[in-house]
Amino acid sequence: MVAHALAEAVTYPAVGASLDVERISHAFDIDGSVLPVLDDVNFSVKPGEFFALLGPSGCGKSTLLRLVAGLEAPRSGVLREDGDPVTGPFPSRVVVFQDPTLFPWRTVWNNVALGLEAQGILKSQRQRVDAALDLVGLSQFRNAYPHQLSGGMAQRVALARALVNDPKILILDEPLGKLDSLTRITMQAEIVALWQRKGFTTLLVTHDVEEALFLANRVIVFGDRPARIKADIAVDRPYPRHRGDPRLAELRRSILGLLGLDATW
Amino acid sequence: MSTYSASKTVALAQSAEEGAALSGRPLSLAFSFPPGGTGVFASLAWVGFGISCLWWPDIGDWTRTHQLAAAAFVMSGAIFLATVAGSRLGRFNAGLQRRAPWLLVSALFLTLWEVATAKFGWLPLPFFPPPQSIIEVYTDDLPKLLDSIIASVKLQLGGYVIGATVGFLTGVSIGWSRSVGYWVHPVLRFIGPLPATAWLPIAFFTFPSSWSASTFLIALATGFPVTVLTWSGVASVSNAYYDVARTLGAKPSFLVLKVAIPAALPHVFVGLFMGLGSSFAVLVVAEMIGVKAGLGWYLQWAQGWAAYANMYAALIVMSLLCSGAITLLFRTRDRLLIWQKGVVKW
Repeated sequence: MVAHALAEAVTYPAVGASLDVERISHAFDIDGSVLPVLDDVNFSVKPGEFFALLGPSGCGKSTLLRLVAGLEAPRSGVLREDGDPVTGPFPSRVVVFQDPTLFPWRTVWNNVALGLEAQGILKSQRQRVDAALDLVGLSQFRNAYPHQLSGGMAQRVALARALVNDPKILILDEPLGKLDSLTRITMQAEIVALWQRKGFTTLLVTHDVEEALFLANRVIVFGDRPARIKADIAVDRPYPRHRGDPRLAELRRSILGLLGLDATW
Repeated sequence: MSTYSASKTVALAQSAEEGAALSGRPLSLAFSFPPGGTGVFASLAWVGFGISCLWWPDIGDWTRTHQLAAAAFVMSGAIFLATVAGSRLGRFNAGLQRRAPWLLVSALFLTLWEVATAKFGWLPLPFFPPPQSIIEVYTDDLPKLLDSIIASVKLQLGGYVIGATVGFLTGVSIGWSRSVGYWVHPVLRFIGPLPATAWLPIAFFTFPSSWSASTFLIALATGFPVTVLTWSGVASVSNAYYDVARTLGAKPSFLVLKVAIPAALPHVFVGLFMGLGSSFAVLVVAEMIGVKAGLGWYLQWAQGWAAYANMYAALIVMSLLCSGAITLLFRTRDRLLIWQKGVVKW
C-alpha cells in the first residue's frame, strides 16, 4: 500500500514543473521607509515535489508565494518555472489562498469554471469543471451560492477552482489556516491524495509544523523577517503518513528548536 | 402576535404584514376570529361603504355616487365569495387572507371620507373632494390624464435611462482608471451636489426644446448618485478577487466585466434607487415649470382651474407610477442579486 502510493507519486513527474528560486530579494515601501521582507533566498523544487515553506507569521513567506504566482515582481533575483523566467501570473501556477475568496455572485460551478472562462476555453471544456467538482466531492452543490457553504466546503471549491486548470505548480497559501481542526485533518489527507493522483508540484506555505511534516517531501524553515532560509529538511517518510510517527515527532522537535520554540517540548 | 388587542392589530397591520413577508410564514392575525373571519368583516365593511354612499343625499352635484356604491357592493361580494370559497382558491386565498385586514381598513377609511365630504361636509369643499368626484375625473377626463401619463413616462424613462447609463459608465471608469478619476472627480464634485432643479432656468434657455432640457435635467439628477455609488462599488472591490482572477489567467477586460462590475452591482442598485427618487422630483418640477405635458403639468393646470378632484386623481396616479417604478427596480435587483442574502423586500 505504502509502496504503491509512493510509486504513484513518482509515475507523474512530467505533470509537475520544476521551480527555481534564484537570489530573490524583496522589500516593501511603507511610509517612505523600506521594509526588507526577503533576503537572498535560494532554493529549487524538483518536478512533482511537495514543498513546504515554514516560518513564523509575518516572515515574508506569503510574499514569496505572490512572487512565485507572478502577482508581484521581485526587487532582485529570478524565478524560473521549468527553466523559463516568471514574468506574470499564468494559470500553470495557481494559488489557493487562506480565504477561499469565492466570487459570491457566482454559483459553485461558475466559480470553478472561472479559470477556463478567463482563458476563453470554457465552451469546449465544460466537462473539466464537472470533473474538478467530482474530485473534491461537491458535485451536488454545483448550483449553490458561496454564502450557503461551510468553511471547509468553500475551501474545497477553491481547491477545485485551482485544479480545473491542471496546474503544474499548485501554490497553497495557508489554505487550511482558518478551518476547524477536524476539517483541517480531513482536508490534509485529501490534499495529499490529490497531489499523489495528479502529480503536480506543490508549494505550501504554513506556520503549522505538524501540517508541513504530514504533507511535504521537503520543508524549508524561514527565520524572522527579512526571511532567510534557516534549514532545508527532507521528510523521508512514505505516504500515507501517520501523525504519531516517531520520525516526524523527531523532525518536529528539531524544527521547533530552529524557531526557538522548543522550550515546552 | 395573539397577545395584541384588536385595535392595536389594525394599527400594526402593515408592519405585521412586512414581518410575515420577511419570515415567510403565513400571517396569523386571527386574534379571536375564526379563519376567514377577517374576510367576512372586510366584506361587511364594503357593504357599509356602499350603503353610506346611498343612505344620505349628496350635498353637492356629483354624477358617480351610484356607480361608486355599486362598485363597493361588487367588491364586497367578491371578497365574500373568495372568503367562502376558501382554500379552493389556493394561493389567491392565502393572498386574500393576508390582505383582509387591509381591505377592512380601507373600506372604513373610504366610508369616513365619503361621509365627511359628500354627505355632511365636515371637511371644506372644494379642497377635500369626495371619492365619487375622483372617480368622475378618471372616467370623464381620461383622455387628458392618459396623455399626461404617457408624456410623463416617456420623459422620465428617456432621462433616467440616459442618466443611469452615463452614470454607470462614468462610475466604472473613475473606479477603474486613475487618469479618468483625476479629470472627472473634480468636475463631479463641483457639479454633482448641485440640485438638478437649479439648472432649470438655464436649461430651458440653452436647450432647443423644453423636452430636451427636461431630459437633460432628469439624466443629471439620476446620473450623479449612480456615478458616485458605482464608483464606490468598483473602488471597494477586494483586491483578493483580482488576485484570484489574475492567477487564473484573467485579462484586464475580464477583471472589469466579470469581477469589478458584478462585485459593484449592489452599490450600483443603491445608486439607481437614489437616482430614481431624485429624478421624480425633477420630472414634476420640470413639467410644472416648462414642459406643457405630463402629470406635473396636469397638476398645475388643475390648480389653475381650482379642480381639486383632478389634483388628487393625478396625485394618486403619480404615486402608483413612482411606486411601480421602484417595484420594478427592486424586482430587477432581486433577480440579478439573488446571490446576496438578507436583501430588503420592497
